[in-house]
Amino acid sequence: MTLSGEFLAFLSLAVVSVMGGVLLLNLTKVVHVIVALVFTFISIAGIFVLLSAEFLAVAQILLYSGAITIIMLFGIMLTRHDDTSETKAGGLRKVLLFLGVLGFAFSVYIGIYNLDFGQVPNTLHENNTEQIGMALFSKYIIPFELTSVLLLAALIGAIILAKKDDEKGAEKE
Amino acid sequence: MSSVPISAYLALALILFCIGLYGALTKRNTVIVLISIELMLNAVNINLVAFSKYGAVPAITGQIFALFAMTVAAAEASVGLAILIALYRNRKTVNIDEMNSMKN
Repeated sequence: MTLSGEFLAFLSLAVVSVMGGVLLLNLTKVVHVIVALVFTFISIAGIFVLLSAEFLAVAQILLYSGAITIIMLFGIMLTRHDDTSETKAGGLRKVLLFLGVLGFAFSVYIGIYNLDFGQVPNTLHENNTEQIGMALFSKYIIPFELTSVLLLAALIGAIILAKKDDEKGAEKE
Repeated sequence: MSSVPISAYLALALILFCIGLYGALTKRNTVIVLISIELMLNAVNINLVAFSKYGAVPAITGQIFALFAMTVAAAEASVGLAILIALYRNRKTVNIDEMNSMKN
C-alpha cells in the first residue's frame, strides 16, 4: 500500500465521510445533522468515482445530496424544526447498544480484513454510462420496468398518507 | 495496479453501517432515525460497487444493483416521511418512543 494519489484521495474521502457520520451522531440540532449528512453523501460519491462508477456518483449526488436531503429538511420544517434530538434513554441501554454494535463491527471486520481476490483486469472505467445502459435495457429490463411501478406506488402512497383528510378532521374538531 | 485494496473499501462501508445502526437504535427523533437508515443503505451501496470492481468476477452488475437499491431507498424515504407527517398531525410528536399506539 504505497502512498499514491488514489490512496490519498481514498483516505481523505473516507475521513470526511466518517467525520460526517460521527457528527451526525453527536450534533443535537436537527438541521446541523442534515448538513453533516450532505458531507457524508458527497464523499461517498467521491468513493464511487474512485471505484470507477461515475454514473452512480452523479446519481448519488442528485438523489441523496439533492433529493433526500431536501425531503428530510421538509420533514423537519413541517414538524418541529427547533427540536433537539436529545436521547432520554438510559445510559446503560446506550452503553449496551454501543458494545453490541462494536461487537458486530469486530466480528465482520475479522471476516473482511484480509480479503483479497487479486487484481482481475476489468473495463468498468471505459464508457461506464454506456455499459450501464446496455445492461439495464437488455438484461435487466424487467426489474427496470418493475421499478417504475414501485415508484408510482410510493408516489401515490405518500400523497394519500400525507393528505389532509378533511371529513375526519372536521368530525374530530 | 491499484494501491487501495478491497478490504479498505469494505472497512469504510462497515464503519458507516455501524454509525447508521447505532444512530437508528439510539436516536429519539424519527427524522434522524430515517437518516440513519439512509446511511446504512449507502454503506451497502459502497460494498456493492467495491465488489463490482475488485471482486472475483468484475462485472457491471454490482453497479446496476446499487442503482436499484438507490431507487428503493428513495421510495422508502418518501413513504417514511409521509407516515411521519401523518403521525405528527394526529399525535403532535416526532419522538419515536411515543409512537406506540399499536402496542396495546
